[in-house]
Amino acid sequence: MTEPILRVENIHKAYGPTEVLRGVSVDVRPGEVVVIIGPSGTGKSTLLRCVNQLTPPDQGRVWLKDVELTDKRTDINKARERIGMVFQDFNLFTHLTALQNVMLGLTKVKRMKPTAARAKAVMELEKVGLADKADLYPAELSGGQKQRAAIARSLAMDPEVMLFDEPTSALDPELIGEVLEVMQDLAAEGMTMLVVSHEMGFAREVADRIIFLENGVIADEGPPEQFFTNPKNPRTREFLWKLTELYGNHGEKGSRRSGRRGR
Amino acid sequence: MDYFLRCLKFILPAAKVTLLLTVAALALGLVLGLLLAVARIYGRPPARSFAAIYSRVVRSLPTLVVLFLVYSFVTIVFGIRGVTTAVIALTACTAAYQSEIFRGAIQSLGTGQMAAARSLGMTKSVAVRSVIIPQALRLAIPSWSNEAAIVLKDSSLASAIGTTEIFRRAQQIGAANHDYLPAFLACGLIYFCLTFLTNRVLDYVQKRYRLKL
Amino acid sequence: MAVTLAGLMAIDIVGELEFIWRILPELGKGLVTTLELTALALTAGLVLAVPTAVVRTYTRGPLNWLFTAYVEVFRGTPLLVQLFVVYYGLPEMGIVFDRFFSAWAALTLNSAAYQSEYIRGAIMSVSEGQLTAARSLGMRPLQAFRWVVLPQALRLALPAWSNEVAYMVKYVSVVYMIALPELFTRGAMIRSRTFKVWSPMISVAVIYLGVVIGITRVMDYVEKRLRIPGLESGHGGREY
Repeated sequence: MTEPILRVENIHKAYGPTEVLRGVSVDVRPGEVVVIIGPSGTGKSTLLRCVNQLTPPDQGRVWLKDVELTDKRTDINKARERIGMVFQDFNLFTHLTALQNVMLGLTKVKRMKPTAARAKAVMELEKVGLADKADLYPAELSGGQKQRAAIARSLAMDPEVMLFDEPTSALDPELIGEVLEVMQDLAAEGMTMLVVSHEMGFAREVADRIIFLENGVIADEGPPEQFFTNPKNPRTREFLWKLTELYGNHGEKGSRRSGRRGR
Repeated sequence: MDYFLRCLKFILPAAKVTLLLTVAALALGLVLGLLLAVARIYGRPPARSFAAIYSRVVRSLPTLVVLFLVYSFVTIVFGIRGVTTAVIALTACTAAYQSEIFRGAIQSLGTGQMAAARSLGMTKSVAVRSVIIPQALRLAIPSWSNEAAIVLKDSSLASAIGTTEIFRRAQQIGAANHDYLPAFLACGLIYFCLTFLTNRVLDYVQKRYRLKL
Repeated sequence: MAVTLAGLMAIDIVGELEFIWRILPELGKGLVTTLELTALALTAGLVLAVPTAVVRTYTRGPLNWLFTAYVEVFRGTPLLVQLFVVYYGLPEMGIVFDRFFSAWAALTLNSAAYQSEYIRGAIMSVSEGQLTAARSLGMRPLQAFRWVVLPQALRLALPAWSNEVAYMVKYVSVVYMIALPELFTRGAMIRSRTFKVWSPMISVAVIYLGVVIGITRVMDYVEKRLRIPGLESGHGGREY
């Protein structure tokens, strides 16, 4: 078995008296897609932010290959270059066009020449199908377009791992498909992905492994087939059943959300 | 230190004049400002243009220019002298600024309030008085507080037309002793306390009468 | 009163116009001084305002208190008092500036206090997520501020800043009190020299009107040119 590219070990995080994470460990291997599900408020987002140290954990360690991110001596900015992150509410830079959004990290962090950065940015936008929107500002894009531009911004940094924090939760239902499609393509290209999502269709089709996080600990874990048909933990079954009520039939083959648009 | 205290003691009585100037100009400016705002929005074309031009012109002029022009006008034409000239001049200024504040407040009410009042059978003037203005006044409190602080500070300019308010007193004691720094620091301290107090009072008024839209 | 009214009516229009024509060059020189002082105070004020706003937004402790005290004192006292402390007061401590420099220093410190408040408000209205996203790309805190937060804050503060420009043009006139010959001072000087009550002041008023309206137009144009969808904000700042 290959060495994990990302190792998360025994993470604890508390906000005041509330313990959000109580010892969570996850290993992600190169090319693996891990989807984290769980009720709201169980620390899924906190876990992702603990990975790239946007929220430093109280306890526990994180390694990206052989670099320990939780080590104070590590240059965390160098490490974040190698970890892409996509947010629930996009966080595109409001004052920059889609193209400039993708270019900013290249010119300021990677110190690329503007012409080279521009060429790369154009390429990244093409990949997410936004070449024709390059010169529009975030406020002029639809939610789905914003999220695709945000994904392009992260991908431009050539990350080794991508973190997705509920990337479709803020989108209107009809815009979710286009974002999931981009993520699916990315997975197919072999990108290592750690995804927090409620999209069960996506989880079933794309995930290599699903983690069920509840009350700050991993309550269940396994490949999708086992996870959906024969969960180890009765709480998982209960949660999936609730999701079905909320979001409709989960994991149906060829469901709208994971269905591919014709090309 | 001793001299500083003497300065304070010498200047402080003039705070009455500063406060009088401020309060009188603000109050008269409030009435005129409201009238101008209502004329601007609901008035007939000539009243509308007059209000617009008045506000535009006065707001484009330095307070000192308005002070000098109004001072000359009221002394030459009406023979008015003393503090009254300064009150009239400061009122002329703040009325223009306040008219913009109230205009903004009335416009942010939207046309629905007027329509609702008229549908009850109110005349336009009753609707303005009993529906529009009460709401506009409350909405205008934050901007109005700002304006109050500005008028308080601008009242120092009245010294240029001979009003003996706190700044003028500071000049006087400073010149008499050839020692200006403590005099102006004392004067600054009084202003600072007055703006601080004004802000606190108006914050309280705002909290008490806030209107949520 | 009847006499004075009659005196008002019997204005020799042609004579007055000739007089105004003759004083125009002098007023013109004053206008140049006014505009110089305005431009210098606004730019230096902006340079001071940005760090002041940053310290007040992002730090705690003594440095924050110091800058907060500076802003509150300069916003809580009249510009006139500030000007006199600099021009008449500081020399007593051995710090002597000439008229122009004193005026510039007082106007700058005054404007910087107000400008820092507009910028501080704007920084605080830039959402937290913008900073998070910048950091997640590997930007250092200062880079994230420089390239993501500051440009947005400056754009958001622009309408208030436009008001500040018009405000300063007018408020430079308080340097009349230290006899610095800018536009208003020159008008007032002509007024007392010639005993003409109206023509000099009205000429000065008309010039201010033109300049302020002109500035408003220019700033409207600048705002339109720098428009960014999603970064609009209402007007604010010291009304003029």
